[in-house]
Amino acid sequence: MSRVFIHGIGAVSPAGWNVCSLRQALDSGVPIPASPLERPGWKRPLQVRLVPQPIPKLPHLAHARLRRTSPMSIYAAAAGMEALQNGGYSPVPAHRLGVIFCVTAGCVQYTRRFYDEAWRNPPGASPLLFPETVFNAPGSHFGAILESSAVNYTLVGDPGTFLQALALAAGWLQDGKADSCLVVGAEEIDWITADAYRHFAKGVVCGEGAGAVYLSGKFPNEGEGIELIAITEPGLYLNGMSRTEAIRKMRTALPPAGVAAILSDSIASWPSRDRDELAAWADWKGARVSSRVVLGEGLMAAGAWQCVAALDHLRAGRHRTAFVSIAGGHQQAIAACFSMATNG
Amino acid sequence: MHPLPRVLFPSKGRKNSDAKVVVTGAGIVTAFGSGWEANASGFREGRRSFQPVTLFDVSRHRVKVAAQAAIPDSLPTRHLRRGTARRMDRSSKLLLIAAAEAWDQARLEGTNEMPVVLGTTSGGMGLGETYYRQAIDHPNVAKGQARRVVHYLAQTQAMVVEEALGFYGPILTIANACASGSNAIGHAADMIRSGQAELVLTGGYDALSELVFTGFDSLQALSPTQCRPFDARRDGLALGEGAAVLILESEEHARARSAQVLATVAGYGAATDCHHLTQPQPQGNAALQSMRLACADARLEPRQISYVNAHGTGTPLNDSAEAAAINQWAEEMAGEIPVSSTKACIGHLLGAAGAVEAVVCLMALQGQWLPPMSVGAPDPVCRFPLVLKPSNAKLHYALSNSFGFGGANATLIFGRNP
Repeated sequence: MSRVFIHGIGAVSPAGWNVCSLRQALDSGVPIPASPLERPGWKRPLQVRLVPQPIPKLPHLAHARLRRTSPMSIYAAAAGMEALQNGGYSPVPAHRLGVIFCVTAGCVQYTRRFYDEAWRNPPGASPLLFPETVFNAPGSHFGAILESSAVNYTLVGDPGTFLQALALAAGWLQDGKADSCLVVGAEEIDWITADAYRHFAKGVVCGEGAGAVYLSGKFPNEGEGIELIAITEPGLYLNGMSRTEAIRKMRTALPPAGVAAILSDSIASWPSRDRDELAAWADWKGARVSSRVVLGEGLMAAGAWQCVAALDHLRAGRHRTAFVSIAGGHQQAIAACFSMATNG
Repeated sequence: MHPLPRVLFPSKGRKNSDAKVVVTGAGIVTAFGSGWEANASGFREGRRSFQPVTLFDVSRHRVKVAAQAAIPDSLPTRHLRRGTARRMDRSSKLLLIAAAEAWDQARLEGTNEMPVVLGTTSGGMGLGETYYRQAIDHPNVAKGQARRVVHYLAQTQAMVVEEALGFYGPILTIANACASGSNAIGHAADMIRSGQAELVLTGGYDALSELVFTGFDSLQALSPTQCRPFDARRDGLALGEGAAVLILESEEHARARSAQVLATVAGYGAATDCHHLTQPQPQGNAALQSMRLACADARLEPRQISYVNAHGTGTPLNDSAEAAAINQWAEEMAGEIPVSSTKACIGHLLGAAGAVEAVVCLMALQGQWLPPMSVGAPDPVCRFPLVLKPSNAKLHYALSNSFGFGGANATLIFGRNP
């Protein structure tokens, strides 16, 4: 059984365009102020947490593929490139970089705009918009920026899918399908997403952005590195398995926590949904970070932020072990454990 | 019913094994109808199944036909709660029809654990469209909207299958555009070979939707005449809808439960074309890479492939790039390997295409026939023989290509059950 190590992390969030801004926001514990977003047919706007403008002038964001693309493709590219850069990735011929892009709602801005055109006036529907509505457009753009012809999957699911993607990437590394892997989770805000979410939780503020994790089977440096220790099997809320029970089982499937551990949870200031996860971790005495409370309900991006926040704590030497607990609203509960490790 | 807590990583069973992966169940629904028999007969004869679109208004579209599937009144809802059954969208229904057939054929009653790996491009898009129209036309009416949100999600369609058939297992939904179904099957096979699973339900599905139909119409990718893959005068694709589901398992597992084996999954390859979001690299570089990877995975040479089920959409760019890739892959054997695209019969099923075409390969291997397609004058770029009329053939291995928007390329190779 070969080992899998984390080499780099990247983030774009309502706090800013890198991991540093995410860290500062989470350390402060203060929710990012919400912004108004017009909702057609309503006088009162929706409240959302948006990624701040302007888009930084990073060389890779000037790539032709990103010229007319959706915001989430740009977030994904920025977070992915940050993870690769701080992970020391340098493209060499024949290196196979596997890419897994994860999404829940997808490119909703272009999809909503295109459908509006299709509905009202099909002959006038823009052929420029339609290709960007496809789930795998951001993953494709990213592959093109990196000129990587290796395996590239887009996964759709709830935020726990991000951890399934990490397990899939680990499998590719172990089976020799890729030499290193980048896993990205991203979302963008549109009024229709925020409108859809309010049917389930009126007080929850939606957010947007991306998070990325770069992995390989190679030990990162001299001394210590961050190792992927475990990812639990997803517990679906289905066929007699209640959400409460699935979350409880997720917790029991994890290795025991030491004293110097941090928990990155999916608590979202949504009492009825948070209750089960809080109960499952009721005995937790270590440090805790709840990124959704500060950054908003970013769907797949939020699952990615949880991982990035946990890994950032390890990278900075603030903790030795990190747990990521994702209790999705509708599909599954899943968790991961990372730890500082020595070579050998 | 529910297993003890387990971990996805590290997988204790991971073994990088050479475990043979076999297909023990297959289900299919297309415009030819529901089930193996109805579809085998249609593909065997190369019938066309296109008709005017009635699911939504196409009066202002450039093209007005597609291969719509007829959904039977009675669905195999089985263990599904009545409320869930009532709320199923079109794509869930198509998926469930195919899954139930595959489940029954594999004789899985009593199975209560199995991972699910599915491919789709648009999940429950029809519900998303309804949500949007209500949100605009009646911005203060919430009735039905929460249900539409939940059933729009791709994972809900997979959960419907698990609930209906009464099993439990992790869900992975791959959305690699038109290669999704092939990627799903290939990934499911990988899970078995690496020891992560002994049994997997896999496949692909997509229902026609106004958004997607208008999208292809806006790109002028739809044929205003007739879909004719690899024809010198081809002018576009035709859309269809449907689903196909396979039950894959390790040969050892299938043998232990005396399951009937339909075929083997011999190889899988996947590659990414970085050329353009919607256009293939003209020489089909990634397609070639995908075919070569699948052959290497299967430890087969092109001369051992008896039939190629091409992606063959009927668009000028796809077919010329794919033809170039097949020519280069087959090398001196190009003139010997028959090729056809069943999209001429049932249209392009997008996320379902790879899975449906996998089942076509199983049918051809089992029946020892080649699925024909109607072509006027073959494009001279094709150095390979096109299957133009129903014919019997001795088939050992069938290769299926699926290529999608975003440069997702996938190839599967199926072997005849010896």
